Amino acid sequence: MSLQHYLVISSILFSLGIFAVLTRKNAISILMGIELILNSCNLNFVAFSRFVTPAETIVGSEVFRFDGQIIAIFGIVLAAAEAAVFLAIILAIYREFGSIRPDEVDTLKG
Amino acid sequence: MEFTLKTFIFYGFALMTIASALAVVTVRNIVHAAFALMVTLFGVAGLYVFLQADFLAATQVIVYVGGILVLILFGVMMTSGRLEMRIHIERGQLLLGGGISLALLMLLLTVIANTPIWKNLTDDGTQLAPTTERIGQLILNEKFLLPFEVVSVLLLVALIGAALISRKEVRD
Repeated sequence: MSLQHYLVISSILFSLGIFAVLTRKNAISILMGIELILNSCNLNFVAFSRFVTPAETIVGSEVFRFDGQIIAIFGIVLAAAEAAVFLAIILAIYREFGSIRPDEVDTLKG
Repeated sequence: MEFTLKTFIFYGFALMTIASALAVVTVRNIVHAAFALMVTLFGVAGLYVFLQADFLAATQVIVYVGGILVLILFGVMMTSGRLEMRIHIERGQLLLGGGISLALLMLLLTVIANTPIWKNLTDDGTQLAPTTERIGQLILNEKFLLPFEVVSVLLLVALIGAALISRKEVRD
């Protein structure tokens, strides 16, 4: 397995997420597309930290740097925060408009 | 590259991830899409195992599958009546979105295939020690301490804000 295998997988995931964000008419489906995009970014971080960054040496044994993995953990935390706020806003919109289609929420449209 | 059991399992995970992601964006029923998303997240966790990121794979399963996916399913249950379970897609938007994302995919694949320093970086097969201990030291003792504290405050703020936004308005 080379780096390019992982990069191809994550770019396919990214394009599918963009496709969901652009075409779906339901806010929760858009959230699923955003989750796909975030997952592809995390996969890229971990793959680059596995293959590209040099190894660091800790008392005799050589291990890889973990910077990419830790940034991916922060990415997961941010995804959790984003999903919580997103769903709270969706609930508030559903209570106000009775629907979660993004194009029906147009009160601010001039 | 010889075709061993390891590569076979790797391609299995890759196929599982991509096929279920395709199901997430094409299936018409939103509950089916949520369960396809679960399969995608498990597939990405398997790819993390292949990248020797064992702690991250466990975190992915616990936080994404155990947390975010349950949150999404609650969102579906609370906002969708029987009629809205099915997703309506317009044809022109489908063509436009498909064209844009396909062009993006082609761009990314071209860049990946033509960047010389990314070639020939193959898995050298070294077995790593479990990463959890080193990650814990880096987060709580070394250079990632400040980002860790900042992101924990951010998570607290986001959760309080979510609770505040989603509760019923109290008029007095």
